[in-house]
Amino acid sequence: MSGKPRLTYFNGRGRMEAIRWLLAAAGVEFEEIFLETKEQYEKIIKDGVLMFQQVPLVEMDGMKMVQTRAILSYIAGKYNLYGKDFKERALIDMYVEGISDLMQMILIFPFSPPEAKEKNLDSVKERATNRYFPVFEKVLKQHGQDFLVGNKFSWADVQLIETILAVEEKIPAVLSGFPQLQAFKIRMSNMPTIKKFLQPGSPRKPPPDEHYIETVLKIFKK
Amino acid sequence: MAGKTKLYYFDGRGKMESIRWLLAAAGVEFEEEFLETREQYEKLLQSGYLLFQQVPMVEIDGMKMVQTRAILNYIAAKYNLYGKDLKERALIDMYVGGTEDLMGFILLFPFLSAEDKEKQRAFIVQKATSRYFPVYEKILKDHGQDFLVGNNFSWADVHLLEAILMVEEKKSDVLSGFPRLQAFKARISSIPTIKKFLEPGSQRKPVPDDKYVETVRRVLRMYHDVKAN
Repeated sequence: MSGKPRLTYFNGRGRMEAIRWLLAAAGVEFEEIFLETKEQYEKIIKDGVLMFQQVPLVEMDGMKMVQTRAILSYIAGKYNLYGKDFKERALIDMYVEGISDLMQMILIFPFSPPEAKEKNLDSVKERATNRYFPVFEKVLKQHGQDFLVGNKFSWADVQLIETILAVEEKIPAVLSGFPQLQAFKIRMSNMPTIKKFLQPGSPRKPPPDEHYIETVLKIFKK
Repeated sequence: MAGKTKLYYFDGRGKMESIRWLLAAAGVEFEEEFLETREQYEKLLQSGYLLFQQVPMVEIDGMKMVQTRAILNYIAAKYNLYGKDLKERALIDMYVGGTEDLMGFILLFPFLSAEDKEKQRAFIVQKATSRYFPVYEKILKDHGQDFLVGNNFSWADVHLLEAILMVEEKKSDVLSGFPRLQAFKARISSIPTIKKFLEPGSQRKPVPDDKYVETVRRVLRMYHDVKAN
């Protein structure tokens, strides 16, 4: 008996958000357990369900999966969002890894000290506009297709729309030099499963706030 | 036309070493171009071959692949070192994720100040013995098989051996509480392709030294301080 996938994480984006996006894009409903206290976290460590004592944890198909990338790869593979052969998978992996590097900068942003925040924001803007967005703008321009890889919706498209929106929250005009990405953003946002995920009341989490940061720091405090 | 596999990186371990290990384990020959000067790197950047302006880059099967994890995934799948189905692949990905995190602590080690190096060495050993090694020891104990996943040699085994040897370089008796890992280490080291890779004269790179750090900093113009974990 499989039931719905069950996600264990903080009540916020962090590393789990990419997983929520991918499950939602694949049309898969899921349950969530939110870590609120240190005691809760210590209990699940003691229960031995966290292989490396870390979250995200996703229980699905009889497995207790950890390691964000392992979880995402499994979901992509299971729901046919990972290309049709090794070479398409290679392209998807390259794109996803690149986008993740950009997303990583945003992930750590709320935890950087106040005096470093402006510098970090500049770095995000610089990397997005000089290193990452130009690549995907070019990919879309060159093949003129709706999706990044193989003329088919894939994990790479989901990861890119998630990251575009996350960067825009910090730098609203960031797509101004990227017409293909602007069109891509609209196209992806209108796909039924993604459209649903972008509506209020979905499992999508808001940008990290003080309460979220406090909770994470409290739970990980030694 | 497939052509030869060619690696573009510094003459040292870094992020490319896991790729060398996996290619070697799979019995795949490869060439290497070593980045020595800033000019070489800028030429490579201008060529447009580096999708995100970064190395590692591996030319393989007509592709110019970047992103270490993408490259490793491709090699593992191509050479049947990625399990037989989605679930085995998931296990391999989980295990490799753990050894990758562990080796990540060692990756930045050469760039630390002498004082931070001692702190980091202790940190690496502590994480290895309390968080990572116990997991793999238990996996091997629970199923009693020779390999981590599916009773078949896979990328997870190669990656774990690489991690074990790297941690041992920081503390030679670090496996003393892990009898199954000791046996695993002996077993995997004697697999012909791996045995060959562990012999002098192979393309395995030595422990990074100051010259390596200097080269990386010079080529990448990466002069900022690196902090310990």
